[in-house]
Amino acid sequence: MEAKPKSAGEKLTTLEDAASRVKDGDSVVAGGCLFSRTPLALVREILRQRRTGLTLCRNLMCTEGELMMAAGAVERVVTAWISIGLPWGVSKVMRHYVESGTVALEEWSHLAFGLRFRAAGMGVPFLPALTMLGSGLDVALLHVSRADRFGNCQIDGYPHMDADMARAATTVLVTTEELVTEEEIRRRPDRTVIPGFLVDALVLQPSGAYPHEVWGRYHADFEHFAEYTADIDARGVTMAVADYLARYVHAPATWDEYLELFGGERLKRAQDAARELVPGA
Amino acid sequence: MSTTPSELLAVMGSRELKDDTTVFAGVGVPLLAAALAQQRHAPKLTMVIEGGIIGPQIKPGRLPISTNEMRAAHRAQMLPGITDTFLFAQRGFLDYGFMGGAQIDQHGNINTSVVGGDYWKPKVRLPGTGGANDIASLCKEVIILTAHEKRRFVQKVDFVTSPAWLDGDGSRERAGLLFGGVSRVVTTLGILGFDPEHKRMRLDAVHPGVTVEQVRENTGFELLLASQVATTTPPTDDELTMLRALDPE
Repeated sequence: MEAKPKSAGEKLTTLEDAASRVKDGDSVVAGGCLFSRTPLALVREILRQRRTGLTLCRNLMCTEGELMMAAGAVERVVTAWISIGLPWGVSKVMRHYVESGTVALEEWSHLAFGLRFRAAGMGVPFLPALTMLGSGLDVALLHVSRADRFGNCQIDGYPHMDADMARAATTVLVTTEELVTEEEIRRRPDRTVIPGFLVDALVLQPSGAYPHEVWGRYHADFEHFAEYTADIDARGVTMAVADYLARYVHAPATWDEYLELFGGERLKRAQDAARELVPGA
Repeated sequence: MSTTPSELLAVMGSRELKDDTTVFAGVGVPLLAAALAQQRHAPKLTMVIEGGIIGPQIKPGRLPISTNEMRAAHRAQMLPGITDTFLFAQRGFLDYGFMGGAQIDQHGNINTSVVGGDYWKPKVRLPGTGGANDIASLCKEVIILTAHEKRRFVQKVDFVTSPAWLDGDGSRERAGLLFGGVSRVVTTLGILGFDPEHKRMRLDAVHPGVTVEQVRENTGFELLLASQVATTTPPTDDELTMLRALDPE
């Protein structure tokens, strides 16, 4: 496999600059899983820059997949499962775009996804498996718990598939909840799961997955999911999601302004819920 | 105590799990049933959840709705990551796969992908497999928990998302799936197994108050009958009390 450019240098940049490294037609993988550690700040910026023709890969796809379909950013999604979560049922947005043939949905099993990323991360064309089974990922979008300015990343809680995705993709764009010193990373190297030389761009973005969750930091905002799906039920997919994109993606110029739409009260509730579930994180 | 259909399913499902075993549990009723078994008769049951979680103990009233959220990892022993969690199953360490299903056929195959039309432009696109295909392929024994309705129990699924016995008569083995397969289908009406030779679904037991005729009427294919169709023991007050504490909703 083709070697990727790598550097141990500084990676810190802005969301706008990081997202600009995604080109129309790229095959993009998003880290985390379902509504956990989703790189939403990066996804939002990609939509603001109006990318098109993307292929989005994610083992379990949530609202980010729906928004990319409705915004016309993706022509193909590759996933094992797509829905916000069981209580919200089958995704009406997905059905609207897939059943009309506007977006192609390619289905892989969860383990087949994992082995695909691992094979690509190991630099081999495939791995033998007793379940269904690649490479060819242009960009990985990841959201991590903490990183230093060189892009050495640590993830608390579930690792999901992010470390394999970082090894598999040509370009790795990372947002982090917390920026720590190089010394802090060197004090706990056992917790580092992505070495800095794999990372191309790093953005400090606290609450960068909201309204999805980050282990020990904030709980997912189920009320927000309920408001979003209630509007889709009431007014239909096209109108409701177009308004959602206008309000949450295009109107707020920055992620901080986006967070203000939710309000500090709401963020604090999500943080308290996470601390209760994972004490001491 | 009176019982709702999903409570009946959770209690009957929990009884299938033996102590000191490992179970790959999906969210919803399977997870609830596994948590009930763990609290009641199987304290050494190790739950494995596809979000990459080994050995959680579900906190009563805090049932997760996703396999990837913090509530699913309460008091877990290990968080190995998703891929490695499935590889434990491929290595043969998972005794049970425990899951639901949208559409199921006479050989136990499950469809959660597409209904009607063309694969790329289906009439109805369902959410997809998640980890179900892997669980059905790689666990030593798979137990399915589902509502018993005619539209779900079909002669042949539109698409095999999760393989059980495929077309029966050794076709699972010929497809390269070296072990496992669905052993039991626990439904809101009774408990079903498969005849050993052709792997066709067979009614083994009905729940109290349910007749064999009723099960037949709610099944879209010809059902085999065990030589003696048993009647299950109704959920006890003890089981229902524990279940409601786990999931007050």
